[in-house]
Amino acid sequence: MNLTTFIVVSVIKTVLALFVLLTAVAYTVWLERKVVGHIQNRWGPTRVGPFGLLQPLADGVKFLFKEDLTPPHVYKPLYIAAPMIAVVFALTSIAVIPIGNSVTIGNLVIPLQITDVNIGLLIILGVTSLGVYGVALAGWSSNSKYSLLGGLRASAQMISYEISLGLSLVGVLMLTGSFSLRDIVNAQSGTFWGFIPRWNIFHGGQFIAFFIYLTAAYAETNRIPFDLPEAETELVAGYHTEYSAMKFAMFFMAEYANMITVAAVASLLFLGGWHGPVFGPPLMRALLPVFWFVLRIFGFLFVYIWVRGTLPRFRYDQLMAFGWKFLLPLAMANLVITALVVALRA
Amino acid sequence: MTHLIIFLLFGALCVAGAVNLLVQRHPINSALSLVVVMGSLAVEYLLLGAEFVAAVQVIVYAGAIMVLFVFVIMLLNAGEEERTKGSRVAMLFGIPGMLVGSVLVGWLLIERTGNQTVSAGALPGAPRTIGWLLFHNFLLPFEVTSILVLIAIMGAVVLASHPDSDQGKKES
Repeated sequence: MNLTTFIVVSVIKTVLALFVLLTAVAYTVWLERKVVGHIQNRWGPTRVGPFGLLQPLADGVKFLFKEDLTPPHVYKPLYIAAPMIAVVFALTSIAVIPIGNSVTIGNLVIPLQITDVNIGLLIILGVTSLGVYGVALAGWSSNSKYSLLGGLRASAQMISYEISLGLSLVGVLMLTGSFSLRDIVNAQSGTFWGFIPRWNIFHGGQFIAFFIYLTAAYAETNRIPFDLPEAETELVAGYHTEYSAMKFAMFFMAEYANMITVAAVASLLFLGGWHGPVFGPPLMRALLPVFWFVLRIFGFLFVYIWVRGTLPRFRYDQLMAFGWKFLLPLAMANLVITALVVALRA
Repeated sequence: MTHLIIFLLFGALCVAGAVNLLVQRHPINSALSLVVVMGSLAVEYLLLGAEFVAAVQVIVYAGAIMVLFVFVIMLLNAGEEERTKGSRVAMLFGIPGMLVGSVLVGWLLIERTGNQTVSAGALPGAPRTIGWLLFHNFLLPFEVTSILVLIAIMGAVVLASHPDSDQGKKES
């Protein structure tokens, strides 16, 4: 592949991926409102389009046309930069996430991934760890006590749970021996004893790691039951109290994009990525892996929403005690045991 | 060629961030400048082919340590610093000393390495290589460093726990 083709293909892939991701973000919001509505015996959005399906578009238009208020007491440069930081880092992770094998157009083999780097997982971890600046700076620059408390809570919580999150992934890395997400998925093809899929969740005790990852990821994305940074009963709206219009929407886009990233990483690392039964004509064979992958992501998003509709919020000291005194030792124990298993097998 | 241009660009960004760190009066702006320095350093490592070091630089320094810095600044609600005239000694000796020092280091580097250049990506930087080096050739320094860090953590715990206030909690 020469340079021009490479650039053209990369640009097309990036634009397509961003478009799909942003649409997915908008419709995750719709899904959340709908599902939480049904959990609480309501209908959710019904008025705009069939089943309220055009609601995200209406919301987007509304956000664009609302007056963009900037309170007079804020620290302006950071107040404006914060939502952008949040949304940029939330959208960047998509660059290294593979969504399927490669497709062949003519004699051009295009991998279904913007770029395959051999440290893909580390890039996702790095980018998500930078995302906390958006929240922290929004809280601080708003110059309001609720925002500041929200920002402080967010940064403390994200640093605490990031350690368990990282440790829970090391087991998978040891089993695979690679940071490349594509290699990790390819290592999970095949079955045990002919019927159990060779996913990492069934492999070497990574079952526990999966739940550690999921719990820590809920805290990383500030979702119930760990949504202390925006606890509306205590902090009005936490770090985005002073934001309105599109800047406010950017924080929401960042939050939902992060949820999708978390779901994608969980499916790639623990649930075999795009592996699944592939059959039928050539076009169906090409599209089925992507479908299986999207189905897994949808499952994770549904669980996210389900948990939100079910669990109450933690108290802040409970959150910290749980993260440091339970989740972290558990992740470490899992790491040591996985290392022993890997060493004994080698 | 493209490599060189990007390398110089991020080198300039790194120096600009470092200068901005000193010039800014507000602690949070200084901290964010340091994040920029860390980020551009990571890009430089990446261009040299050390992708693992680059990723760790972002995760550990920019993503964890600097977040803690920002956290502390936010917690203390540190305001803008007042600009003083500065000490005359620093003006007289500091700036020339710094210039002489950097020229010395640059001269030493050129003297020692001559005109040897390393093409990008020629040095081993894969995670596997680094892991092998750390746990074989440099095992003792690695373990000593980890014990040092452990001691620092224990020191921090001792400093942070007030034995007196524990008693106060029991009484109340």
